[in-house]
Amino acid sequence: MKFKPTLILSAATLALGITSGAQAGTLEDVQKRGSLNCVVSTGVPGFAYTDESGEWHGFDVDFCRATAAAVLGDAKKIKAVTSTGKTRFTLLNSAEGDVLWRNTTITFSRDVGVKLRFHGVNYYDGQGFLVSKDLGVNSAKELDGASVCIQTGTTTELNLADYFFANGMKYEAVPIETNDEGRQNYLAGRCDVYTTDASGLAATRSTFTDPANHIILPEIISKEPLGPATRHGDDQWSDIVTWVYYATVTAEEKGVTQANVDEMKSSKDPEILRLLGVEGNQGEELGLPADWAYQIIKQVGNYGEIFDRNIGPNTPIGLERGLNALWTEGGLQYSPPFR
Amino acid sequence: MNSTPATTAPPVDTSGNVITRLWRHEESRSVIIQIVTMVVLFALLALAARNVAINLEAIGKEFSFDFLWSTAAYDITFSPFIEYTSRDTHMRAMWVGIGNTLLVAVCGIILASILGFLMGVMRLSKNWLVSRIVYCVIEFTRNVPVLLHILLIHGVIVTTLPPPKQAIPLGEHFFISNRGFFVPAPVFEEGFWLVVMAFIAAIVAIVFFKRWAKKVQDATGKIYPVFWISLGLLVGFTGLMFLLTGMPLSWDFPVLKGFNYKGGMALRPEFLALWLALSYYTASFIAEIVRGGIISVSHGQTEAARALGLRQNRVLQLVVVPQALRVIIPPLASQYLNLTKNSSLAIAIGYMDVVATIGGISLMQTGKEMETMSIVIVIYLIFSLTISAIMNWFNRRMKLVAR
Repeated sequence: MKFKPTLILSAATLALGITSGAQAGTLEDVQKRGSLNCVVSTGVPGFAYTDESGEWHGFDVDFCRATAAAVLGDAKKIKAVTSTGKTRFTLLNSAEGDVLWRNTTITFSRDVGVKLRFHGVNYYDGQGFLVSKDLGVNSAKELDGASVCIQTGTTTELNLADYFFANGMKYEAVPIETNDEGRQNYLAGRCDVYTTDASGLAATRSTFTDPANHIILPEIISKEPLGPATRHGDDQWSDIVTWVYYATVTAEEKGVTQANVDEMKSSKDPEILRLLGVEGNQGEELGLPADWAYQIIKQVGNYGEIFDRNIGPNTPIGLERGLNALWTEGGLQYSPPFR
Repeated sequence: MNSTPATTAPPVDTSGNVITRLWRHEESRSVIIQIVTMVVLFALLALAARNVAINLEAIGKEFSFDFLWSTAAYDITFSPFIEYTSRDTHMRAMWVGIGNTLLVAVCGIILASILGFLMGVMRLSKNWLVSRIVYCVIEFTRNVPVLLHILLIHGVIVTTLPPPKQAIPLGEHFFISNRGFFVPAPVFEEGFWLVVMAFIAAIVAIVFFKRWAKKVQDATGKIYPVFWISLGLLVGFTGLMFLLTGMPLSWDFPVLKGFNYKGGMALRPEFLALWLALSYYTASFIAEIVRGGIISVSHGQTEAARALGLRQNRVLQLVVVPQALRVIIPPLASQYLNLTKNSSLAIAIGYMDVVATIGGISLMQTGKEMETMSIVIVIYLIFSLTISAIMNWFNRRMKLVAR
């Protein structure tokens, strides 16, 4: 037997090098790498999807881009780490992704048990049921005995079990991994009902050949506050993600848009000046350039623009602002002050 | 390690220091290498364990199995052995998963063995067309990943078969739809246990009869038609008891109600796809093993048996198959292991096996990656070691006994 000590030595150093965990310092890691890794879904129209050229678009992806614009000054420098409902937190916790923007519901067990940090609700949603009109069903209470397609590893799976249990109804659960799989099984008739967040149902329905033939039942059976998440143990990075989201909301509230952001730099409103980095040192305190929020709005837009572009009434998804309108307009989108 | 007799040991080199001398000596060198390898291996393992501990600590996670006793809160529709609702614990969900994995593994092993033996024999057929067709089938199935077979069958069932309301009836009580094949389910009434007892008694009687018949044959050379008498005993005795107890068995027929069929039993598309795909995929490997086993028995054996005046089926039964089995069984065991492990691909089509339950949804809902994954690993290890043990036992029984 030929013995090569160098081989074992190099293997050992390799193992050492790989296994040294990186916990704190996500910001430095991202800046050194020059790109931001966002955990996103494998594809939900309007929220995270790729176009013909492989470019990522959508509501969640735009927030990822906004984060990249703030941290790296360039909204294009993102890498989408696709994940199913089941793999998303593992990908985040194992540092495959820096931040999760993936229509993820904030819950107690995820916050406390899975050890995530949540940073506000960028989309207020609720779980609904999509059925074909041919079934003649008008209420979720009539679904006793139905086959239901359900994404495994989601909160919707638990809500579904609770809802049917509470109403004394039975159903056949058809577990699926991704939204695409759910769509295929639903259209093939493997299940009578597809259930997920109502926004996801509307998005999925928009891709059918006959969207008018399918209805979302009136019952919304849960609260699904969707928002970004990061790992425990890096407060600076958590702050950045939190305030990237608030910057988009504040910008909409103050009327700062992609088109007028340059003019707004000479605004009379001190909060706008602080937001855009003309006054104060908020960027520095976050560990970012002074114009971090300016870059977000310049390159991606404010909350309303992101909403309208991807999922608003004029898109095929056609979602109303509803709960996601600004607090000044009767909705729940509300940002703490930039002070 | 074998110790080398002193006489054949190489001349010991006495030059250089102690370490160089030890190194030059073949036996001590191999000891040193083994020690170093073990130290490095354990150091790497310890390093990995330490990193896990540090990383878990850093995100504030605790390594604990307490979650097994909390409410699972999710539903598992396919649970043929265990009563389960969403109010049960993660532990119970795990048992449902284990049951489902075992079901598909056992059914798969049985069907794969039958198909494999048939295809292996057909592959050796003197009929050119039969052997060529089987050859093509084997080469196709073996060379396409099993995941694709599973997805293919599932896709075919779900997209080509009609929904329950337009299900294809086979006779009055059998229905085929894209939500599964619905068949009547047996309902055991009071007194059925007597029939079961009769069945067991019949088997015990057969065992004794076989021993006795063998003794008679050894002593006098008289051969009883053991198979037919055994079959008669089994059917006759059990059937008689069934009639005597007043036929304590009825059928629960599937009936279309609302969205789905109610009553009866359903073979779900997920189970069917996984079972069939795993079976024919593994069967194509078994077929080649069987073919190799049969070919390995030299033709002289067959000729010698014929020369003794044995009929063709006795030649196969007494001479060819027992010898072929010795070649077939060891690789067969690894095919059974492969099938069992491949059943974890269930997750691709939503069959709720052990990976999809405890290693999937429970993992996701509790965030206990390390714990759930260790459980799944231990479960598969137990499955595999059990199969190995059974096959080793069978192998020992079939081994050539020197007389």
